[in-house]
Amino acid sequence: MSIIEILFFALSAFAVVSAIMVLISKNPIHSVLWLILVFFAISGHYILLNAQFLAIVNIIVYAGAIMVLFLFVIMLMNVKNDNEPQKKLIIKFIGVLSGGSLLTLLVALVKQTTQLEGKQVMMKEGTIGLINPLGNALFTDYVMPFEISSVLFLSAMVGAVIIGKK
Amino acid sequence: MPIQYYIFFCLTLFSIGVIGVLTRRNAIIVFMCIELMLNAVNLLLVAFSKMHHGAALQLSPTSTAGIDAQIFVFFIMVVAAAEVSVGLAIIVMMYRNTHSTDINFLNRLKN
Repeated sequence: MSIIEILFFALSAFAVVSAIMVLISKNPIHSVLWLILVFFAISGHYILLNAQFLAIVNIIVYAGAIMVLFLFVIMLMNVKNDNEPQKKLIIKFIGVLSGGSLLTLLVALVKQTTQLEGKQVMMKEGTIGLINPLGNALFTDYVMPFEISSVLFLSAMVGAVIIGKK
Repeated sequence: MPIQYYIFFCLTLFSIGVIGVLTRRNAIIVFMCIELMLNAVNLLLVAFSKMHHGAALQLSPTSTAGIDAQIFVFFIMVVAAAEVSVGLAIIVMMYRNTHSTDINFLNRLKN
């Protein structure tokens, strides 16, 4: 096995284990910390695919800003881990069964897709993930969605403030 | 690396997010599982982008095919950030009214 494959499988196993720990942690703060580890593993995958800009943005925006917002809200509410109500066991079982069925169905579907056979993902090469081509595309072809997203941010900020002030 | 490996990995992460939404009652954990599903889709978009870029490079060495997917991932992150700010404000408002983040209290539309 090459070093790329070893890194891929190690990062994948790390991400899946951390994602499962998000679900089974009783304390919400532990869940947030496990989710940050998932995001770091996904950033590792981006670096493996040579999408360097997205790797850095993923760390800054997700692990840095959004997760800190989650932690802030949890600490503001002072959620105790012992009084969180649990769903009934039968509901949990049905939920896991539904998710597992979805996974089985989609995996079976992908396995018999002939168009995907032999397709390879280019690892650690290619320049489209660097800042220069991405910036060129963002400010020429995609400048209109870029400006519209600023309006989206403004409306989200106004909405958050209005909901929070009530 | 075959594209199937990436698809299977992202499907696993997505299904874990679905199971979390279905089985947990804390609204914040449900919200975090939605973030997990968004990230799984982002990673799959980047993997497909690199797949198409690798195929296009065989035809012309200066091709920038596949860059659209990475721009899309960037916009998904933008929308996710806006969504989180509004969603957490709603959760804080709900906690102020009911003193709990249990989603089973939100059944007033039921009857």
